[in-house]
Amino acid sequence: MAKFVSENFIPARVHVKDDADAFKKYGEKYNAHWTPTILELDPEGEEFWRIEGFLPNDDFLAQLMLGRAQMDFKKGKWAEAEKRFREIYEKLPHADAAPEALYWAGVSHYKASNDSAALKETAQAFKTRYTDSTWAKKASIWA
Amino acid sequence: MEITFRHDVDRVFEDAKRQTKPILLDFSAAPM
Repeated sequence: MAKFVSENFIPARVHVKDDADAFKKYGEKYNAHWTPTILELDPEGEEFWRIEGFLPNDDFLAQLMLGRAQMDFKKGKWAEAEKRFREIYEKLPHADAAPEALYWAGVSHYKASNDSAALKETAQAFKTRYTDSTWAKKASIWA
Repeated sequence: MEITFRHDVDRVFEDAKRQTKPILLDFSAAPM
């Protein structure tokens, strides 16, 4: 967890009471109405991912990884995004975020290659993994 | 290993721009 965070982010914490001025400034700016709220911001401060509420370690790490992958995806870095999405379900296959990561890995591959086979293969993968997930339903259109 | 969070948030935003590194911003009410 700490390694992933230090490699990918500059981590900052605003405590609602002990950092009251900073909380007023940044809590209002980013609409943080509950704690914990964890935001992934790009270097310019634009929000790309939000985690609200406590999660156990593996699920929290998977969400952090998902957000970092989405940042690359939304910036059109398809290959980097695909690699990051794949890492999630390969390293944390039982995390809640794993089916979503499998879905977006397929989309990233398609975006990079423009080959619809990538989507078909993803739909196929959902026939044996995460079959009851919402993401399996979303991918089913590609079968 | 624990995550070492910084509390100088204004400075974090400046450093992030300079280093072109994303920010993880945690709003917390946990005891410090």
